[in-house]
Amino acid sequence: MIQLIVLLPLLAAAIAGLGNKALGKLPAKIVTTGALFISCALSWPIFISFLTGQAEPYVAPVFTWIQSGSFDAQWALRVDTMTAVMLVVVTSVSSLVHLYSWGYMEEDPDQPRFFAYLSLFTFAMLMLVTANNLLQMFFGWEGVGLASYLLIGFWFRKPSANAAAIKAFVVNRVGDLGFMMGIFGTYLVFNTISIPEILEAAPSMAGSTIGFLGHRFDTMTVLCLLLFIGAMGKSAQLGLHTWLPDAMEGPTPVSALIHAATMVTAGVFMVCRLSPMFETSPTALGFVTFIGAATCLFAATVGTVQNDIKRVIAYSTCSQLGYMFFAAGVGAYGAAMFHLFTHAFFKALLFLGAGSVIHAMHHEQDMRYYGALRKEIPVTFWTMTLGTLAITGVGLPLAGIGFAGFYSKDGILEAAYASGGSGVGAYLVGVFAALLTSFYSWRLVFLTFFGKPRWAASEHIQHALHDAHGHGSEHDNAPAQEDAGHDPHGHERDAHALSTGTGGYHPHESPWVMLVPLVVLALGAVFAGFIFHDQFIGPEGGVAFWKGALAFDSHLMHASHEVPTWVKFGPFTVMLAGLLIAWLSYIRHTDWPQRFVAQFGVLYQFLLNKWYFDELYHMLFVKPAFAIGRFFWKFGDIGFIDRFGPNGLAALVVQGNKVTRRLQSGYLYTYALVMLIGLAAGATWAMTR
Amino acid sequence: MDGFPILSLMMAVPMAGAIACLFAGAGQARWIALLATLADLVLGIVLWINFDQSASAPQWQFQEYAPIFGRFAWALGIDGIALMLIALTVFLMPICIGASWQAIEKRVGEYMAAFLFMEVLMIGVFTAQDLYLFYIMFEAGLIPMYLIIGIWGGADRIYASYKFFLYTLLGSVLMLIAMMWMVHEAGTTEIPALMAYNFDPHIQIWLWLAFFASFAVKMPMWPVHTWLPDAHVQAPTAGSVILAGVLLKMGGYGFIRFSLPMFPEASAQLAPLVWGLSMVAVVYTSLVALVQSDMKKLIAYSSVAHMAIVTLGLFAFNQAGLEGSMMVMLGHGLVSGALFLCVGVIYDRLHTREIARYGGLAINMPKYAVLFLLFTMAAVGLPGTSNFVGEFLSLMGVYQVSTWAALVGTSGIILGAAYMLYLYRRICYGEQKNADAAAMPDLSVREVALLAPIAAVVLWMGVYPESFLAPMRPAIHALEARLASAAPAGDSRIAMGAPKPAGDGIHEHAAAHGEAHR
Repeated sequence: MIQLIVLLPLLAAAIAGLGNKALGKLPAKIVTTGALFISCALSWPIFISFLTGQAEPYVAPVFTWIQSGSFDAQWALRVDTMTAVMLVVVTSVSSLVHLYSWGYMEEDPDQPRFFAYLSLFTFAMLMLVTANNLLQMFFGWEGVGLASYLLIGFWFRKPSANAAAIKAFVVNRVGDLGFMMGIFGTYLVFNTISIPEILEAAPSMAGSTIGFLGHRFDTMTVLCLLLFIGAMGKSAQLGLHTWLPDAMEGPTPVSALIHAATMVTAGVFMVCRLSPMFETSPTALGFVTFIGAATCLFAATVGTVQNDIKRVIAYSTCSQLGYMFFAAGVGAYGAAMFHLFTHAFFKALLFLGAGSVIHAMHHEQDMRYYGALRKEIPVTFWTMTLGTLAITGVGLPLAGIGFAGFYSKDGILEAAYASGGSGVGAYLVGVFAALLTSFYSWRLVFLTFFGKPRWAASEHIQHALHDAHGHGSEHDNAPAQEDAGHDPHGHERDAHALSTGTGGYHPHESPWVMLVPLVVLALGAVFAGFIFHDQFIGPEGGVAFWKGALAFDSHLMHASHEVPTWVKFGPFTVMLAGLLIAWLSYIRHTDWPQRFVAQFGVLYQFLLNKWYFDELYHMLFVKPAFAIGRFFWKFGDIGFIDRFGPNGLAALVVQGNKVTRRLQSGYLYTYALVMLIGLAAGATWAMTR
Repeated sequence: MDGFPILSLMMAVPMAGAIACLFAGAGQARWIALLATLADLVLGIVLWINFDQSASAPQWQFQEYAPIFGRFAWALGIDGIALMLIALTVFLMPICIGASWQAIEKRVGEYMAAFLFMEVLMIGVFTAQDLYLFYIMFEAGLIPMYLIIGIWGGADRIYASYKFFLYTLLGSVLMLIAMMWMVHEAGTTEIPALMAYNFDPHIQIWLWLAFFASFAVKMPMWPVHTWLPDAHVQAPTAGSVILAGVLLKMGGYGFIRFSLPMFPEASAQLAPLVWGLSMVAVVYTSLVALVQSDMKKLIAYSSVAHMAIVTLGLFAFNQAGLEGSMMVMLGHGLVSGALFLCVGVIYDRLHTREIARYGGLAINMPKYAVLFLLFTMAAVGLPGTSNFVGEFLSLMGVYQVSTWAALVGTSGIILGAAYMLYLYRRICYGEQKNADAAAMPDLSVREVALLAPIAAVVLWMGVYPESFLAPMRPAIHALEARLASAAPAGDSRIAMGAPKPAGDGIHEHAAAHGEAHR
């Protein structure tokens, strides 16, 4: 059955991809979406059987992949609690996203290719989560990277999409460098890459040292940090995060599936999967905590000032991944996985909701041109509100009832506090980030759905209005127009010139294929925390549920339930504070944001420009790479090696131009032949003498 | 198959074809060449099927021996390593003929004869068991290549063939002198015997350096790589395919057949030199590839970077490294060959290698875009393709002897992704900038027939490499055993600490007292 779950998406991708236009849009959509729904239907029973404690972990072998001496990598599908959780996350979100794309991609001429990529992605992700050895995990890891590259660059006519696709791939490769080095090191130390065998042997290596790059370090610290660099790349953690916001160039369903719910959580999955290994290195765990908390804070600050609706959610994702990592860093792996699980639902919901808004607003993505959409697209409004309630963690701390994010995020914060030491610092950072989360999430809702309509100033809306009057020939090239937003500078000049208002535009609610996924995900956003929290993070329930699939710390979970009351109320309070500030700034006193910008221009610019990471990296890496490449080529190869090598020799031996004339008349071959025959004759003489 | 001279037959078939082509008209020559190469492909498959892969099998199989004069003998025989390289050769040859079907219009008979003659010599290189026979095949194999570049090449073909000639000749003179000395010392010209002969370690250094001069040029290793971009750029498509696909592999074959087993001590002593040059090559040529505006030059430079992974793996002195290097050679032979074919496809249509003249080909050439993407991803080393298996194993092997070499070598996956995806983007993605490029038709049936088999093997090799690793395993084992005593110790020895919670990182002095793990 697990074979079917994993291979159906691959089969569907192959059919839709190779059939492409010959196959036609509808069959391609039916094949891929059908395959995904079957996979999903088969995955839930597995998850439920682990939930009820009936199932035992097992490994379904496929065949040998690479064998070399003691190195042995098999294709095999591992099913345990971790896998079961990921199976339902991946197949559920993926099947809903497939369905949603029927509506969202309606007008695109390239649909078979799109659906093939989506299914290919799902296959790779499933290979990643079912891996029983590090190499197959790496296969899935790179496979999702490929699918991400293809889908970000899906509208390949757009230069910005192509640039974003390459950036995503290359930045991820930096992480992969760490991952590969980690696998090499792990094999060297343990003489195996089988995950269960490594985890079993890991504690015996604690305290040993290993040579690495000419120095000696703690063995497990080196291995864990190398592997974690891989996780940082895939999960867009601070330093290697720059690709994620740009990845929003892809179609919105892709952002929901890959860049929110599944692929970007692969790093968290990896750390949890290898948690017994990370447990042997407090240094590595401290680093994980630090990076997680730093990302959590950094991304939340940037998220507060972005104007592009998708970018706000992208930074929100980045920030939430930070929560998951510092949960893992303080040893609360169950909480990390729980947040991964609930986040998949509400973040996919928010992205798909954003897609629905973008759809209604004729591809406008700038929230400054939204407003008052709550009456126009009510289903989108209500489901996105539920998503926002979930991500901001609305719930009653003492009664213990709330939306999904309430259980998982508060679980993380309480566990961080309970772990003591650097965990308390992580708690404080996390609470502050929760304030920002609440602020930017409500800001998004208020700007989009409340206030007065500001649509008329949008170029996209202008286009739409002109189209309605029959001048729409420039829209034949549909792909280049989709999601073409986030060009604040282009809008800026007419923003104030044009009168605000509806401009006579009428947004329409999305078709049912797009609304059904929203409603289903909204159910998850509301109930996923309430239903599953005992299994994922309950001190007793967790032990029974995880069955050793990750290093579940029952004591820490106990302790996290007994933290002081103020610790429990912290997140609740800042959630309300964030809501209040957002309400004051965007509904009550709409001039506050402008006054803030006027007052703190430097800070605003710093945040708006994402702490200038892109500019810094461009200056440090991209430009030098090209400059050095050109230098090596012009001065190394041509100016030095060739000049003093073959060219110099030619000039030396035959003096000047004569040689070129001779060579050009074709004597070279005669020389070559004579010389070779001479050499052969010499050899013969040497043998026979 | 006992006693049947299949290796001689595999050389005789293309030889006969070559002679026939010289006297045939253009149309006939094409068919003769195709049939001869296909017949050799069939013979290659027969050879593979009959090759005994079991652990108890003799290392050398299909041996033939016929004395010619003196010590010089027609001695042939193969092990798994040679088998795989022969398989690569006979697989790529019909594809080369197919790629030249329409592109070559002048002196077709001679052209086809040159290719067939080259096939003879390359099979000769991989099967020769006599040192001098190897030398003759090794050097003569370059003659048809000179001719192909010099007669059917591009505008600057003379300069390119001059460079090619100069580099390769200088290296081979030194190798010949070393060979003569070896024969004098060991009293035999048989390669298997020489592989087991223990030369004086002091002399080994000189012999090793002499061979290195030749193999490093062939590889090519930095800094003697500059002939390759020029040769590729000027060569016709099929010439580039065979140059990248097979001729470059002669350098790697040389290392694995001569330098390592014959001079193990010298190899170990000079390994840091090889690592150093390879590390420079990975970074240097990758960065140079990034700034190229000529498609063929870009792929040529990327070849140098990939070959550096081969030399890293070979000089790791362990099974993973050696097997990985062989897999990189096979994978690179297929993938870079396919990439040159991809370049040829659009060159045939627009007659320019200038990357900027293309763009948006995914719109009008979707089939081409798919296959080109597959080969691009294989070149980038995506798991599931041939190159990943090789690169992974080589680098893992290197890690065991030098973490620095492994780190720098692995950085190639970042730079490789950068230059290949940048190339792909400029050719296939974006808007259609030029009307003539936008009007190019998609792949013809002939072109699909050339690329699809390579695509299939690239995936096969990536998903189930065991088919290719199994035949080589006994030979690699034997080589590893031969190298075991000389192999350098790694820099990552593990020292078990006191049983205390692991903590604060650096323990500078624990090493000396600890227990060596490996």
